[in-house]
Amino acid sequence: MTNIVAGALAVNCRGLTKQYGQGDNAVQALRGIDLQVRTGEMTYLVGPSGCGKTTLISVIAGTLDRSGGSCEVFGEDVASWGERKRAAWRGRNVGFVFQALNLVPTLTAAENVAVPLMILGEGHDKAVRRAEQMLERVDLGARTRSLPAQLSGGQQQRVAIARALVHDPRLVVCDEPTSALDHDTGQRVMELLRVVAASDERALIVVTHDARIFSLADRIAHMDDGRVERIESTPTSRQP
Amino acid sequence: MIRIALRMLLGDKLKYAGLVAGLAFATLLITQQGSIFAGFVLRTGAWIRDTGQADLWIMDEQVEFTEDRKTMLDSSLLRVRGVEGVEWAVPMYKAYMPCRLADGRRVIARVIGLDDATLLGAPPIMESGTLAALRQDRGILVDFGDAQDELAVSVARGSSERRPLAIGDRVDLNDHEMVVVGRYQRTAEFFWDPLIYTTYSRALAIAPPERRMLNFVLARVKPGYDHEAVATQISSLTGLQAYTAEGFEERSMDFILRKTGILANFGITIALGFVIGVLISGQLLYNFILDNQRSFAAMKAMGASNFLLLRMVAAQVMFAACVGFGIGVGLTALSGRVLAGSELAFNMAWQVPVFGGVAIVICCLFAALLSISRVLRLEPAVVFKG
Repeated sequence: MTNIVAGALAVNCRGLTKQYGQGDNAVQALRGIDLQVRTGEMTYLVGPSGCGKTTLISVIAGTLDRSGGSCEVFGEDVASWGERKRAAWRGRNVGFVFQALNLVPTLTAAENVAVPLMILGEGHDKAVRRAEQMLERVDLGARTRSLPAQLSGGQQQRVAIARALVHDPRLVVCDEPTSALDHDTGQRVMELLRVVAASDERALIVVTHDARIFSLADRIAHMDDGRVERIESTPTSRQP
Repeated sequence: MIRIALRMLLGDKLKYAGLVAGLAFATLLITQQGSIFAGFVLRTGAWIRDTGQADLWIMDEQVEFTEDRKTMLDSSLLRVRGVEGVEWAVPMYKAYMPCRLADGRRVIARVIGLDDATLLGAPPIMESGTLAALRQDRGILVDFGDAQDELAVSVARGSSERRPLAIGDRVDLNDHEMVVVGRYQRTAEFFWDPLIYTTYSRALAIAPPERRMLNFVLARVKPGYDHEAVATQISSLTGLQAYTAEGFEERSMDFILRKTGILANFGITIALGFVIGVLISGQLLYNFILDNQRSFAAMKAMGASNFLLLRMVAAQVMFAACVGFGIGVGLTALSGRVLAGSELAFNMAWQVPVFGGVAIVICCLFAALLSISRVLRLEPAVVFKG
C-alpha cells in the first residue's frame, strides 16, 4: 500500500481517453486528459454540460473503464483490476456524493450513512452508531431517525456528505453537489464539506458548473470538449 | 446488509403488500388444489381402510382397483388358508346390483357380502342397530350418509318430500326384498354409489348367478410373520394377487389416477397457481428492483459486490416468499376447516405444504432471476447520470 503524506499525489491521469460506442455512433467523451490531484486539496472540475466532467470522475473513482491513457489513484492502476477487486477498493477508498444523492428512501438518515460501513462488513448496530456520530459532525444529530423525505434538500445533501465520509475514505468525489440547492444552502453545504472532509490524507474532487462556489476550491480544472483546458489555483489553495 | 435489504423491502408498504398478496394467492391456489387432490386420492382407498381387520387382500390377478369385479374359484379361499403364516381367511363378495326403494325409485348400489360366521370385513362404526343384526332374515346394513341422500324415501306416495332410510324399511336388491337392520358410518369415498352390507351367503343368493362368485379373500397374518412375505407366498402358491392393505390402496389409487385424468386436471390447476405466482411476484419484484435500481447502483459504486447484492435480493425474495407462503397456507388450512363438514375432499397432509413451499421458493427464485439480472448488469457509473 502507498504511504500517504500531505500533498502526495492522489490522482495522476495521463493522456486519459474515453469513448462511448463504436463506429459511426462513437462519442469521444475524454480526449487525452492530463490531471494530477493531490491529497489535502479540493479540486473542482468545471465546464459546460457534456464536456466530460462526470465521465472523468467516474473513471477516477473506478466505476467506469477508460479507453486509453493511464489513470493511477494513490499509485494503483485500478482500471486494470477485475470488477470484484475494484469494488472492494472503492468500498475502502472512495466516498461518493452523487448529484441525485441516491439516498435510499425507506432507510433512516443514520442507516443511509451506515451503508458504506455495512458494505465493508460492519454489523448493523455498530455501523448505525458510527453513522450517528458522523451525522453529529454535519449538524444532523437530531435527525438521525428521519427518512430522507422528511429532510430538506440541504439536510439531505448533508446526509449524503456524511455517507461519503463515514468510512474515512482517501478520495471523495462529489458530482454537482449544489445543483439542487439555493445559493445560501449550496454555499453552506460546500463550506461544511470543506470543514468536515478536508484532511491532509484525503483528496476531494468536486464536479460543478456552479460558479458561486468556485471561491471554496483549492484548484479549478476547466474542461471543455473532453479536455482540461486550464488549471487555476484559487486564493484558498493549500498546494505545497 | 441483509437487514438493510429487508428495510428496503418493508419500507415500500404498498409494493410489499402486493408482493406478499401475490405469493399468498399463488400458495393458496397450489396448496388448496393440492389438498383437494390429496383428499380425492385418499378417498380412493377409504373402503380398504374401513375394512380394517384384514392384513391381506387376495384377488384375481387381473383386478386393478376396489370396484373391479373379476371373480375367483371358491377353492381359492381354502388355498389361501393353507399358506403358512395365514391366521385366518374369509370370503368377501362385492358387486353392483339394482336397488328399488319402497317409493319405487331405483338406484344402483354396491352390495358387499361378509363371511356369515365372523362378519369380518364389516364397517367399523355402527350409527344405529348392531352388526350382529345382519344375521337376521334378509338383513342389510346401509350407510348413514346414503340413507339421508341416495337411499332416502318419499314420506308418502307421490310426495317429493323424502325421509332417511331407517331400520325396518324394506328395499329390493336385484328383485329380492331385504330389510334394513342397521345403519353404519363409513369414510367418504371416491366412488359415490350406495354401499350395502349383507352376509356372504345372502349376497350369493340374491346376486345374478355366475360360474364364479368370490371376488376377495380377506386374510390375517399370524403374529411374527412379515405381511409382505406372506403376501408373496400366497401369490406364488395360488397364482392370485395378494396385497397388504396399503399395497391394495396404492394399486387402486394408481389405477384411478391413470384412468380418470384427475392427476392431470389438478396438475394443470396447480401449475396455473405456480405460473400466476411467478407472473405476479416476478412483475412486482421486477418493479421493486427497477424502483430501487439507483439505490443498488449507488451501493455498487460504494463497493458492494454483485454477490452482496445477490444476497440482498435473495433475502428480500425469500422473506416475501416466507410471509406469502405462511399467509397462503394459513388460508388453505382455514378453508379446510370451514369446508370440513362438506362433501369437498380436502386433506392437507404434510406433503402438501412441503410441496407448496418448494413450489413457492422455486417460483420466487425464478421471479428473482428475472429481476436480479438487471441488478447484475448495472453499471455503477449509472449513478453519476443525473
